[in-house]
Amino acid sequence: MSEPGPPQSSIRDGVRAGMPFAFASFALSVSFGVVAQPLIGTWPTIVMSVIVFAGAAQAASLSVLAAGGAVPAAVIAGLLVNARFLPMGFASGPAFRGRKLKRAVDGQAIVDASWAVSSRGDGTFDRGLLIGGTIPQYIAWQLGTIIGVFGGSLLSHPDRLGLDAIFPAFYLALLFHEIRRGEALGVALAAVAITLVLLPVAPAGVPVVVASLTALWGLRRGW
Amino acid sequence: MVSTANIWTTIAVLCVGTVAIKASGPVSLGGRQLPQRATHVIALVAPAVLASLVAYETFANGSDGITVDARVVGLAAAAIALTLRVPIAFVVILAAAATALARAL
Repeated sequence: MSEPGPPQSSIRDGVRAGMPFAFASFALSVSFGVVAQPLIGTWPTIVMSVIVFAGAAQAASLSVLAAGGAVPAAVIAGLLVNARFLPMGFASGPAFRGRKLKRAVDGQAIVDASWAVSSRGDGTFDRGLLIGGTIPQYIAWQLGTIIGVFGGSLLSHPDRLGLDAIFPAFYLALLFHEIRRGEALGVALAAVAITLVLLPVAPAGVPVVVASLTALWGLRRGW
Repeated sequence: MVSTANIWTTIAVLCVGTVAIKASGPVSLGGRQLPQRATHVIALVAPAVLASLVAYETFANGSDGITVDARVVGLAAAAIALTLRVPIAFVVILAAAATALARAL
């Protein structure tokens, strides 16, 4: 079956396209390593980065655990953050090729930056950019975590470096991208309002869960 | 320090759940499409969750309640950098630097 549209980029092209994002991944994962190590220990921090490889979700689960939240709340917080990979996976799904197991494995390459850079803008996705773009980010993520885990103990007060501002800034950067793509601003503002109202009264993680329900606003749109 | 069993359980379940979430689109979509109303809702999940996380990570203080501290300065710096289309790697570094500076002053 011949493929309509532009030709696929190679994995090598994708690796090149992913390099700038690897720097952001590195900065984020260093801060994750620094913050996570005192809370959950050296090996859990490293293993979490290797097998979960989703910065926002790792941080979300961690902040629930650190705040004394239960395991289900921590898992739900992390999975809610990763829930965006569901529509992203469905949008880019047709670009994946091969048997089911291969598609499942290749789908693990879906991360925010690679997914965005692989979008051709016409509703189709470039598989080479998506998979290749994730490779340098994955490597940078592991290196950064390890450096953060072992280097963090050298810092007596990591907060002095402002590392705790990295995650909100990264979420804001991703949010900027989302809002440019649609009428999501109202939903985002409502989610912020709900979060701030619930923060002092609800258990850890719950404000994010409840705020996600603002997405139901989408039901009001046309059929 | 959180209990070891809770840590590993959270990591394992989060891993399995994330793998399943990422695999579902590529595995199930052989050209099929979700109903339009569902895609409208799903498309808004990311902005809702990300906006909530911006607020959560900026104002949560580890226990209950809202804390306004130097993270707000970092977030403001990030917002300005983003409107100036600064690359994301520099946005996060600027946010950390602005926060550090605000704490030092």
